[in-house]
Amino acid sequence: MRKMRLLPGLALCAALLSASGAMAKGTGLVFISNEKSSTITVLDVANQVVKTVDTCARPRGMHFSQDREAFYVACADDSLIAIYDVASQELLGRIINVAEPETFDLHPNGRHLYISNEEDATATLFDLETGEQLAEFETGEEPEGVQITADGRLVFVASEAANLVHVIDTETQDVIKDILVDTRPRRFALTPDEKELWVSAELAGIVDIIDVATLSIVGDVAFLPAGFRKEQVTPVDLLITKDGARAYVALGRANHIAVVDVRQRKVLDYVLVGKRAWGLALTADETKLYVANGLSDDVTIIDTATLKVVTSVPVGLVPYGILIDDH
Amino acid sequence: MTIRLACLIVLLTVLPGPAFAAERETFDFAYLLRDDDPAYAQHRAYTGLSLRDRQRPLAGARLGVRDSKAIGRALGFRFGLREETLSEDASSLARIETLAAEGIRVFLLDLPLAEVTELARAVANRDLLLFNIRHPDDTLRGADCAPVLFHTLPSRAMLMDALAQFLLKKNWHDVLVLEGAGAADKTLSTAFQASARKFGLDVTDVRPFVLSNDPRQRDQTNLPILTSGVDYDVVFLADSVGEVGRYLPYNTKDPRPVVGSEGLLPDTWHWTWERYGAPQLNQRFDKRAGRRMTSEDWAAWAAIKVVVEAISRTKSGDVPALRGFLRGDALTFDTYKGLAGSFRPWDNQLRQPILLHTHNAVVVRAPLKGFLHQTNTLDSLGVDKSESACVMP
Repeated sequence: MRKMRLLPGLALCAALLSASGAMAKGTGLVFISNEKSSTITVLDVANQVVKTVDTCARPRGMHFSQDREAFYVACADDSLIAIYDVASQELLGRIINVAEPETFDLHPNGRHLYISNEEDATATLFDLETGEQLAEFETGEEPEGVQITADGRLVFVASEAANLVHVIDTETQDVIKDILVDTRPRRFALTPDEKELWVSAELAGIVDIIDVATLSIVGDVAFLPAGFRKEQVTPVDLLITKDGARAYVALGRANHIAVVDVRQRKVLDYVLVGKRAWGLALTADETKLYVANGLSDDVTIIDTATLKVVTSVPVGLVPYGILIDDH
Repeated sequence: MTIRLACLIVLLTVLPGPAFAAERETFDFAYLLRDDDPAYAQHRAYTGLSLRDRQRPLAGARLGVRDSKAIGRALGFRFGLREETLSEDASSLARIETLAAEGIRVFLLDLPLAEVTELARAVANRDLLLFNIRHPDDTLRGADCAPVLFHTLPSRAMLMDALAQFLLKKNWHDVLVLEGAGAADKTLSTAFQASARKFGLDVTDVRPFVLSNDPRQRDQTNLPILTSGVDYDVVFLADSVGEVGRYLPYNTKDPRPVVGSEGLLPDTWHWTWERYGAPQLNQRFDKRAGRRMTSEDWAAWAAIKVVVEAISRTKSGDVPALRGFLRGDALTFDTYKGLAGSFRPWDNQLRQPILLHTHNAVVVRAPLKGFLHQTNTLDSLGVDKSESACVMP
């Protein structure tokens, strides 16, 4: 029986917080998970480091809770999901016995977490309230990206080492399809109308575009910043803007961000960032793009209107993911 | 009989199957090995030390099959591994024939060099795929090449080129070569000298050493003496046995690094390699095999994985299609070393990065930054198209 453990003394605190139910105003804080130093760097609205929080071992994927008062962090080397308070960054609780979690997505019901278990070739479903594992799905080796549709009906999981995107039907709790994609699929982005699922194929250097209705590949976008060879372009994280017009793709070892016209499926521009750009996050008004540079231990902030870099901020060792509390 | 059959049919149609079609085509790989193979005999040095013991890369092949489970499900194949042990008198050719008659088409050869060469010649015109997962010998990629034989282990030329690139980058131009008495040591020394020439290093001397306590032979046994009287920036050691060479670091007359068989070694894989997803592969291997993943394990794993990749892209298990795909330029195989692997069409050698490592760290990955090539930087390692002695019909 896998249980959620609340730290003694904070149990009441957690209960009070969740009972308040007030609309999260948005502290403006930015949280960055650093997988090698096992910390979370906290930036304020002026992009200054205000705190470094020691976390469980190897924190990577992060997500806000449904009410955005808490956020979840997957710690692979401690096999648990840690729960932090957004405003104070206090540890509220943990979900333990989650096998090597890398990333995860939160179901619209606010209570189900679909998690990729990197070293077990599985994706698992956990109940946030009881801390119990409810289901396990067999995937290919090294599952990473997880994406749930807005209606919660479908969950997509990418298996990096098997070149597959698995499609889970949450009603039947079954894998209904394995879509063969290009080499080393990592992360996802859905267009706002959810007709297209974009998935980065890291080693192929492209993004595959899957038609959600037919669950088949209908196109792709290739990347090649000036001065780089194809094999140096390793796209990982990607985001699509709320109006569905633009996509931002972090190009890994090509040290750039690609700006893509989603409808035309064409690259509009490249922006130079730090070393091994992986994680991305957009502010709520989409005027700023944050990029986690894993191998220069910093985060680059880009003004999306001018596509110019505003600044780069040193954070912890090997930054992975970014959460912005400004909704 | 018919009633049983009818019941079976009824059961099969009534029972809920998995979401996918239940029928999956079996695709088995065969791993051939000899149980009396001297290469795997325990080699104990005089005082019982195990310096160069080797492990069969069977564990690597098993991991490759295990890793392909999900993709097999997606493609409608069930991948398996047939572990075929040959006793002293058994003929590997006969075994291949038997297995081929059962429909097995892909063979991983954990067999002695002469046997691999012979087999490749014997089945040259057959619709089979043979994988060399064990021998770095350049002749196997050269005069003894065959269209049916593919190499996932790097060639000795690739390994020595990687080392030479490193030495050049460090400006350690002058190299003293110390060479053991065995044939393997001579081969290694010759290969390194060829790479040194290729990259413009200066081999200032080549000196033989022997394993002996005879004071009359101290010119060939005393390491400080062996390493004096000549200028050098670094010592290249060719010592396949290991008993003498392991004392070389810190014993050179001048303070100089040692590379080759001790100190800094070139390999296709290392258990401490930490980039490009390697920890995941190393941990998966360790968990199942109970030991560290070696270069040969990686080569066996890679042989399975490239074939599975070819099947997934050609959507068939048909050998001519697979062979065509493997030799074409559409293959992007994840080597877990940062660059995609593909086969050189002139000698069927898998292009791949090489790791230069100490006992507990990968110092650098080759090809090193700055070494260019007109088509693929990976081809700066090993024998290039214009230099190849391989003639394939």
